[in-house]
Amino acid sequence: MTPTLELSGIQMRFGSVHALRGADFTLHTGEIHALLGENGAGKTTLMQVASGLLRPDRGQLRVGGRAWPRLSPRAARRLGIGMVHQHFTSVPAFNVAENVALAAGWPVAPGRLRRRVRELGERVGLPLDPDARVEQLSVGLRQRLEMVKALAAEARILLLDEPTAVLAPAEVEDLLRVIRRFTATGGSAVLITHKLDEAMAAADRVTVLRRGEVVLTGPVAAQSAGTLAAAMIGEAAAPADQNPPATISAPPAGDRSVLIRVESLDVGRDGGIGIALRGASLVVRSGEMVGIAAVEGNGQRELLRAVAGRIHPLRGVREVARPVGFIPEDRSTEGLIPAMSITENVVLGSPGSDPWIRGGAIDWRAARARAVTLLEEYAVTAPGPEALAATLSGGNQQRVVVARELSRRPPVVVAENPTRGLDIRATAAIHARLRRAAAEGAAVLFHSSDLDEVLALATRVVVASRGLLVEAPPGATREAIGALMLAGS
Amino acid sequence: MSGRLQGWIVGAGALAAGLAALALGLQLAGYDAAAALGALWSGAFGSWYAITSATLVRAVPLVVIGLGLALAFRAGAFNIGAEGQFYAGAIAATWLGLHAGSLPAPLAVAVVLSGALLAGALWVAVPVLLRVRYGVLEVISTLLLNFVAEATTSLVVQGPLQESQGIYPQSDAIAASARLPMLPGTRLHGGILLALAGAVLLRHLFARTLWGFQLRAVGLGPRAAAISGRIDSRWMAAAALAVSGAIAGLAGGIEVAGVSYALFQNLSPGYGFTAIAVALLGRLHPLGVLLAGLLFGALEAGAGAMQREAGVPAVAVYLVEAVVILVVLLAESVRRGGMTALAAIGSATGVARGARN
Repeated sequence: MTPTLELSGIQMRFGSVHALRGADFTLHTGEIHALLGENGAGKTTLMQVASGLLRPDRGQLRVGGRAWPRLSPRAARRLGIGMVHQHFTSVPAFNVAENVALAAGWPVAPGRLRRRVRELGERVGLPLDPDARVEQLSVGLRQRLEMVKALAAEARILLLDEPTAVLAPAEVEDLLRVIRRFTATGGSAVLITHKLDEAMAAADRVTVLRRGEVVLTGPVAAQSAGTLAAAMIGEAAAPADQNPPATISAPPAGDRSVLIRVESLDVGRDGGIGIALRGASLVVRSGEMVGIAAVEGNGQRELLRAVAGRIHPLRGVREVARPVGFIPEDRSTEGLIPAMSITENVVLGSPGSDPWIRGGAIDWRAARARAVTLLEEYAVTAPGPEALAATLSGGNQQRVVVARELSRRPPVVVAENPTRGLDIRATAAIHARLRRAAAEGAAVLFHSSDLDEVLALATRVVVASRGLLVEAPPGATREAIGALMLAGS
Repeated sequence: MSGRLQGWIVGAGALAAGLAALALGLQLAGYDAAAALGALWSGAFGSWYAITSATLVRAVPLVVIGLGLALAFRAGAFNIGAEGQFYAGAIAATWLGLHAGSLPAPLAVAVVLSGALLAGALWVAVPVLLRVRYGVLEVISTLLLNFVAEATTSLVVQGPLQESQGIYPQSDAIAASARLPMLPGTRLHGGILLALAGAVLLRHLFARTLWGFQLRAVGLGPRAAAISGRIDSRWMAAAALAVSGAIAGLAGGIEVAGVSYALFQNLSPGYGFTAIAVALLGRLHPLGVLLAGLLFGALEAGAGAMQREAGVPAVAVYLVEAVVILVVLLAESVRRGGMTALAAIGSATGVARGARN
């Protein structure tokens, strides 16, 4: 049988980041195909290639057996490929019916449109009030609207990018039922998810991506949660590090001073509604490197940002030594200002106590000298301190952020995915810097969505799952930690 | 620096394109293009009197307002309401100027100008609060308040501030002591010194001070400014908006104390809108704003002469202004590879002008 969608040898680079390294993916008519992988594994990129949003650097795409070397989003839609994005794509100020009309190209005749949208929702089992304004819908209903929009456009292939991430269990059930009905009537669906039980329950086949490569593909029936988790997280040691410990070493002596102490901390979801972190308690001492192992959206981001003083907790105790060196996740929008020079970006992170700031005035000569020193010390490849940050590669941008944050020798260092998208050399350099900070007495708290990195760096691992923190016992294996991470789902 | 050189080339090219478009348009419409352009030149730069009393007098409000707008735009606050803030400043300056006769000259001038500054700040306070508290886009709120300010001006010159005979819709002349000193033999007033000082001050602010640096950071990377720079982006932008409003108000005060000595409707030939173009054309650099203000002042001065001497409607110079803005924005978006905030302001300016005319 000819597959309805076939991607072969897909390669995709974004600057220095290799998002896909020759990935193959096949979707058959009538199947639900789960696409698994950690953050940054390339799942979304692969589906964006399939829906014509991204054109791959290399590789072939076939729809219904026919090759489409230059698939546009419009052509993809005509071929019946509909993508439900992880980030909602509805117009908040429009009502439900108007958004459906916009997506499906239906005429906007209020009475008829309203009836049509209502009928569609009821027919597919996802009822919606056509007159409700989207900005007033709950997150679950917005997700439902995204699904209805794809169905209204008469998609025959649905690419669903983490549709269940924001849904309550009952809503998940509804959605999975709709997807099953859709495939039972000849449609095909790709379901991107982090949740193994969902994949096991809903899918016919499964593909696991890891670092842009397919590491497993086949019928779900042949897999168990354990084999899938192992494929996602990886069994091989990280190549980035010379001697990653297979297990966690025992925590250092307990008489070191406590630099981070949080107790019963509740934190609201960053940029959203609801509580992301509940009753978190954590102590980090001088010289420790505590790694937070977690799947995206389990409260680790809120924990780190609350400790770094970037967001305010709802309640609880937070005692953190100052200043905090903070390495945010997104270097190009949060760590640096790309349109500013390296010197300016060094000044940006200044707490105001630096010698080049005197009475509200900036001594640029001194700041530039400082930037030059940092460029040398942290081996940043850059034309000079006046080069715009935007002109640096990802690895060098991250080196600038790390240099700026660590050069002041802060007692506390907080890092979010400090090496995401970096090559082996840059990764090793940044690991070395973080280790040195700890060796010099800082308390380091970090998260990485790559469990290997957590294991390689951490002296102690804490798992965040569904907003709760669980300390991994000393000596816990990779598998045990993986199980804890996925325990909540 | 090559970037600066590039800016000069783009600016000169834009001006040449604008003038060429004007010449072509005039020729097609059956005017004598050479005579019209000649009149434009002589009206703007033809004599000492033309330079000081026509060009520079018109350039002063454009530069002063443009400097304030450059500050706001740098911080990512899109103040489209300078016209209204200008009128608010002019109303306050007139009222104070009418009652300041008993004060000695320097003090009276200081009172009038401070009042104008304050009035501009108060006029923009509503958009500032709306933005900070409810996230209302200041592009809309400042734009709409322009109409309110113009209507208010019309109201007060027919009511509380109407001249003593109660016939004309304008105010009495302000006290002599409240007027700005003049350059003898010309109509050029002390406001030019304020404009120059403002440019120097703003340059210092951007280049040397922490506050100016933070302001730029908020405009260029609001998230990074908040997260890595620990700058309160929201308040920073609000403060920039407030300062730009105060400065536009000051320009209104300068106009009353230096040029008109009285308040009337249409006191401003759209200075508040033209100044947006001046700020953009000057690429939000203080010295660029100074040059762009001079250019637009010259165009407006020459337009009058062109109408008088060649019979060409003065509004024809808007063609030059429009082409200059378009070329600069186009060059900017080519350089950055896409639409920019500047282009967005440019479009907003177009909307503002369209709404006005």
